Amino acid sequence: MSEGLLTVSPSPHIHTDLTVPQIMRGVIIAMIPALLFSVYNFGLGAVYVTLLAILFCVVIEYAIARYLLKRPASIYDGSAIITGMLLAFNVPSNLPWHIILIGSAVAIGIGKMSFGGLGNNPFNPALVGRVFLLLSFPVEMTSWPTAGATWSLDGVTGATPLGILKDGLRAGDSVPDIMNQMPSYTDFFFGLQGGSLGEMSAFAILLGLMYMLYRKIITWHIPVSMLATILLMTGIFWLLDPTRFANPLFHLLTGGIMLGAVFMATDYVTSPFTHRGMLVFGVGIGVLTVVIRLFGSYPEGVSFAILIMNAFVPLINSYTKQPRYGSKSQRHKAYQEKLEKEVKATP
Amino acid sequence: MATNSNLKENFLKGIVRENPVFVLLLGLCPTLGVTSSAFNGLGMGVATVFVLVMSNLVVSLIKNLIPDKVRIPAFIVIIASFVTVVQLLMEAYTPALYDQLGLFIPLIVVNCIVLGRAEAFASRNSVVSSLIDGLGMGIGFTMALTLLGAIRELLGSLSIFGFQLIEGDGMLVFILAPGAFITLGFLIALMNWLKNRSATTK
Amino acid sequence: MAKVKSTFGSLIITLAAITFVGSLSLGFVFDWTQEPIAKAQMAKQLKAIEAVLDGYDNNPVAEKFKVATPNGKDSLEFFPATRNGKRIGTAVKTKSAKGYSGDIWLMVGFNEAGDVLRIQVLEHKETPGLGSKMSQPNFLNQFFGKNPGKNNLKVKKDGGEVDAITGATISSRAFSEAVQLAYDTFQSVNHGNE
Repeated sequence: MSEGLLTVSPSPHIHTDLTVPQIMRGVIIAMIPALLFSVYNFGLGAVYVTLLAILFCVVIEYAIARYLLKRPASIYDGSAIITGMLLAFNVPSNLPWHIILIGSAVAIGIGKMSFGGLGNNPFNPALVGRVFLLLSFPVEMTSWPTAGATWSLDGVTGATPLGILKDGLRAGDSVPDIMNQMPSYTDFFFGLQGGSLGEMSAFAILLGLMYMLYRKIITWHIPVSMLATILLMTGIFWLLDPTRFANPLFHLLTGGIMLGAVFMATDYVTSPFTHRGMLVFGVGIGVLTVVIRLFGSYPEGVSFAILIMNAFVPLINSYTKQPRYGSKSQRHKAYQEKLEKEVKATP
Repeated sequence: MATNSNLKENFLKGIVRENPVFVLLLGLCPTLGVTSSAFNGLGMGVATVFVLVMSNLVVSLIKNLIPDKVRIPAFIVIIASFVTVVQLLMEAYTPALYDQLGLFIPLIVVNCIVLGRAEAFASRNSVVSSLIDGLGMGIGFTMALTLLGAIRELLGSLSIFGFQLIEGDGMLVFILAPGAFITLGFLIALMNWLKNRSATTK
Repeated sequence: MAKVKSTFGSLIITLAAITFVGSLSLGFVFDWTQEPIAKAQMAKQLKAIEAVLDGYDNNPVAEKFKVATPNGKDSLEFFPATRNGKRIGTAVKTKSAKGYSGDIWLMVGFNEAGDVLRIQVLEHKETPGLGSKMSQPNFLNQFFGKNPGKNNLKVKKDGGEVDAITGATISSRAFSEAVQLAYDTFQSVNHGNE
């Protein structure tokens, strides 16, 4: 980018054998099981939405970088492809193309490029696009095709399990009654439920998680702390009143929690540097998600929770800074004193 | 005494160079809160112009009678009186607009532009230039609010000043609060881009 | 003119004078606008009644009265419409607290048989683009000409005959509930007269 200049960036400087394109390729591979599952569930619609979202994201990023910012196109690192895939994973499979275009434009244009491109964006671009769409097109964004029934582009639509739960609770039904209308937990686990493209199957997402852990693309800290917090909090509420609150397993297996924990919250650019910071980040997302799900007006809160915690990342980073090596040693002190003397000595 | 060109400059600065919304970023609460349609933006703007001009006028008239230590409470009482006048008048004669703007009319009291102009300009300048200053700032504010409202209405409900251009729903986010922030951000970016461009071509 | 110094006395006198002049002028403006404000409010209510009833020659707002709801917890405003002194319909201002956010206020026009003539949405805080569509004709028209005593005006999900607004079952349900409440209250009065 800036040939002939040294790159100066704040610590920690972590060295790894993985290059940015390699990491991105790894993430894409990890997303493939979930993609295959959504194709199995929703058929052509899933393929269509995913390909369109990727295409739009890449083209828009290229256009903005090339013609608006007048700098070399940054699409070859593969991050735009991931943004496109993640955006597709967060929308229903029957979304019209113009809404996908708007979502991609917002994700790349507002979520990423307006902050200066990859590495500078405080918020997860795909989620920015997703929340923008959710607020803009509430009808289209919440008419999910029923899983397993749709091999055409226009099929039956239905609510997600979380939507059914929220609606039922508002109408005054108790949780056990509502649960009777739901698919079984095995169906949830393997992804036979209504919902957005990529949030179908906890199983497929966990496969992706294992692959990314194996390749050391991400560490366990964010997903585990987030899922554990959700398990704990929903568990407490469930034990307090099982007629008003659904059980923790239901919460873990439905909606976007798995997708968020594995692919969204772990985005390098928008999550903290240190392991301690990651734990704080994960717990924060977990708490916010549960609060929105149980007490908010939206049935699902993962996207909002991750975006809110994204905003806290700089703060978390500054409180969980790694101590500089040898910062308190005598040698260091002596060096500092020497420096100070030199500064004073300079006229 | 101020010359004609001075007065003109004094008037124009509020519209472009020191535009309260796009440059000074003052009064953002009503700016973001009421601009869900062009008409609301215009209505809020006109109400603010009235308060701004009247409070600038009164403050510049009695500036020497107000001891420094109580000038802020004195200004606020003057501004609050005019805001209440506007509120009553709107409730009586433009009830539809009053219903739309609702809570935001009393909030003109805490609009930073009004107090800001009283403190920074009217309490130090002559009556005529204070009037002109209030008018310029107010019109700049009104134009910004109307522009913001028009863009949000166009994108959010596909209409302009209530006139439906295309049937159907727009991008609803633009009539909600986040849309206000996004639109304002892009407008400020556009203003800065235009300013930079005209600076380089000069 | 020299600037007034900040002495204890001058501070008190200035503030007192300014607040006195301020409140005096406000009192004057209040007096002046009181009548137009009352007129404007009446015009607003008349307009809503005009939207739901036809052919009356009285001023329903001037004759309005309050009726307790059948469960006795609340009361609704009734605006009787007469032609040549004979009652031809009633506009009922009704509400539901079960909306997605905040109360929904409706004006429902009934003829003497209890058929819904037309409905006007007065006030709501539902989500724009979802629940807010309750004021659009293709939802409202489903209620016109129906009698809540004979037709089941609940949403289809609850076994009724009303198509809920897409993505806004809760708002639609609250709307139906408000209409039903208006009807039940209206019937309780009519039976009382007989």
